[in-house]
Formats: sequence, structure tokens, C-alpha cells
Amino acid sequence: MSKVMVVTSGKGGVGKTTSSASLGAALAQAGKTVVVVDFDVGLRNLDLVMGAERRVVYDLVNVVQGDAKLPQALIRDKRIETLSLLPASQTRDKDALTEEGVGRVIDDLREKFDWIVCDSPAGIDKGATLAMRFADLAVVVTNPEVSSVRDSDRIIGMLDSKTRRAERGEKVEKHLLLTRYDAARAARGDMMKVEDVLEILAIPLLGIIAESPDVLTASNLGCPITLHNPASPAARAYDEAARRLLGETIAITAPMERRGLMSRLFGRKAAVA
Amino acid sequence: MALVVAPEWPLDDWLAALDEQMRRTAGLFAHRPVVAHLGAAPEGGGGPPESVLDALDALVARDLRVIGVDGLDPARLAGTRWARLPTIPPGRETVVQAGEAAPAKPPPPPPPSSLLIDRPVRSGQAIVFEHGDVTIVGPVASGAEVIAGGSIHVYGALRGRAIAGVMTGGEARIFCRKMEAELVAVDGLYRMAEHWGPDLHGRAVQIRRDKKTLALSALV
Repeated sequence: MSKVMVVTSGKGGVGKTTSSASLGAALAQAGKTVVVVDFDVGLRNLDLVMGAERRVVYDLVNVVQGDAKLPQALIRDKRIETLSLLPASQTRDKDALTEEGVGRVIDDLREKFDWIVCDSPAGIDKGATLAMRFADLAVVVTNPEVSSVRDSDRIIGMLDSKTRRAERGEKVEKHLLLTRYDAARAARGDMMKVEDVLEILAIPLLGIIAESPDVLTASNLGCPITLHNPASPAARAYDEAARRLLGETIAITAPMERRGLMSRLFGRKAAVA
Repeated sequence: MALVVAPEWPLDDWLAALDEQMRRTAGLFAHRPVVAHLGAAPEGGGGPPESVLDALDALVARDLRVIGVDGLDPARLAGTRWARLPTIPPGRETVVQAGEAAPAKPPPPPPPSSLLIDRPVRSGQAIVFEHGDVTIVGPVASGAEVIAGGSIHVYGALRGRAIAGVMTGGEARIFCRKMEAELVAVDGLYRMAEHWGPDLHGRAVQIRRDKKTLALSALV
């Protein structure tokens, strides 16, 4: 039974595309067949993050409009055999997508893949609603700051009302992925606490990804961090999140501030500087 | 299912009894088709008797939807604006005597006077319920709003807007487990977060209208 998972947030820049690529890669590394679909028509990014930008011939819009067949548009990852990408179009806009066409593409993908990861664009208009429309479950990507939390709350409300499952009276499973978590700032108290975010959003926590230069490096190299640097804390957090999605029970630990011997000796100030 | 009304003469007495009945069982006739049984109309000449037209006009004046007449020779309505109504030939006695005790059918249940929301109210959502109280089991998010005809009860944190008393006015109150609201209003009087200061923030709070001000107080 394949699963359609939307990665969404409302707010831009919180890490949807990075998380889509990393969770998709981690699920594929766990042995599942995975396709990651870029719904950000007009602002295509996922191909860059997955290192496939020079291999895009046909895209989601071509398939939705019937100009290309699905196998022509799918790009198979060169590093993990079970991972594929369905890129967005950079030259069109979101009005090129239709609900009926997207539904048909999702149905076709369900026959080929275990997991269909839909990378939603920011915002709450057509692109975002179509990305979530056919989802069975949702990963809500949130930064620990008030604007991101409020936008995520809005998106959760839409997941509960605008998706096809919701309209049929079924539940859309929702998971919170807290990204760009800065342990040093959290320790100083100038960032929202994990408990506060959870209390406001009232959905289960899937994982906490620490703010880390490793994530940015991996994105710029076009390689999901779970492949590029599997030992890094961020890669481990994504890997654990993916295994939780697959049903494993793994305790969630908040990222700790990593301090060297010198800073331990000379107190917190040195670590912050 | 149509209701049958059977006017009796003298008409004024019967109409008074009908008014009394309608007052006691409000909603009995609402949106129900009505058949007028005119078998008791005093015999007049050949034309439409004034008494019958008066009775029908009186029913219409009370917002009853007369869809047919019964117990009357159709010829007697010819040439009036009632002539086009379907007529039912005199037959078995199935008349509900207006003005007498309990009607054959129980009145329809009144619309629900409260609304229960058993999930969080998310940012951007609006719960509008003008017929009475709203109870929310869960939080009301920043950027969400709840508008109630009566009181609002929030078993969780109130972070958005709560507007109570749209119908009941100053009687309404707002209760919440954790006060972090953006705006609260009862019967048109409102208060913003800056008005109540940090003392009540995060506490269980009751909001009610006290004469011309909104009174916010912590619930112990």
C-alpha cells in the first residue's frame, strides 16, 4: 500500500525542500521505492537539492497536461536506485496544474512507488492546496519562531479541511518536523521552546533537525544530507524521522549544544561567541 | 405532510384561538404546507362568500402557506385569487381542530442551542454560531476567531479572538483555561491584549459585561 506524503509549512524558507529530499533519500535508503515530486511550479528547486538539474527533460506540468508520459519525466537518482524525482516546470506557473491532472499523476505514481513525497510550495494558494490535496499523511515543517508556528497552524487547519481525505471524513495523519533548531539560542531562551511549539500546534513530533552548516553544504552540492554526510547530527535526525514514519519507535532527543573542552572549561560565553 | 386548519365561525373568536395556539407552539406551522378545511363556512349565495375569503386572507396574514382548500364546493372560489388552489373534495374527517388541545404531531425540535467543537481551532479558521453557546475542547490559535450568539467556553488556551453575546447580548460570558487572547468582546464591547496587561496572561479567566465595561477576572 503506497503512501502519499506532503511536506508543507505555509511559510517559505523553513526547509521544506531540504526536508523533502532528505526524508525521501532516507526512506529510499531504508529500502522503500520513493518518488519526490516538486510542486513548486515556477520556482523549481528540488532538482538542484537532489543534484539532477542537468537531467530534467520533461516535468510535472508536461505529465499533468498529457504532453509527456510519466516514465519520460521521472528521473532516477544515480546514488540510490530506489529514489526518483518528478521535477517541476520552471517556465510555467501554478495555474498550469489542474486537480484532475494531478490526481491522475498521483494515481499512476501509487502503482510504481511505496512512498510519494510531495514537496509543497510556500503559501496557501493553488500550488500548496494541490500538493496536499491527495495526501495520506503530512509532514509540517516548522521553525521554532512565532511566524512559522502560526503559518503551520493555518496549514494544519487546511490539511483538516481541504484535502480529499478530510472531505471524505477520514483523517490526514500529521507530523511536526522542527527544523533550524538552534541549541545555543534555545539554551539562552531567545527562541521558542520545543514544548511551546508542540503545545500550540498539538500534533505529534516527528523529529528535530538542528541548524547546521552541514545541511547547507549538502544542499549546495546537490546531495541529500543523509547521503552526503550520514554521520552528521542532521542526517541522523532525518534518518530517525524517516524510520519513525516507517513505524519504528525511536525516542526523540533535542539537539544539544556541542561544546569543546576549552568552552567547557571557560563556561558558556565562549561557546556562544 | 400538510397540516389541516379548519376555521370556524364566528371567525374572530377562532382566529384568537389560532393566535394563542401559534404562540404556545412556536414553529408548529413554520415551513409547513397548510390545507384549509372550509366545511364550516356559512352558506352564502352562489358567489364566493366574503367569510371564506376573510378566513383565507387571515391565514396568509399569519404567514401560513395555504396550498389547498378542502370541504368546499370549488365553484364557490371561482373568479377569486384562490381559484387556482387545488381543491380536495369533501371526504373522511381528518381535521385538526385549531384552538383545541395538543396537536396531532409534536412540534419540531428547536434548533440546537449549543455547539461543541472537539478539536483545536486553527489559525485562519472562524467558528460562527449565532444560535447559542460555543464550547471548544482544545486551543483557539492565534489568528482564529470564535463568534457565538451566547457564551464561549474554551477548555484550552485562547490565543485568537472570542466574540460572545451576538444574540443574547450582555448576558453572555467568555471562559478560557489559559488567557492569551488577541481580542475578546461581549455584546459589542471589546478589549485587546494591551488592555488587560500581564497579570491575567496565561491564567484561567472569565470575561463578562459589567454595565458599560468588560470585566476580566481570574478564575480560581
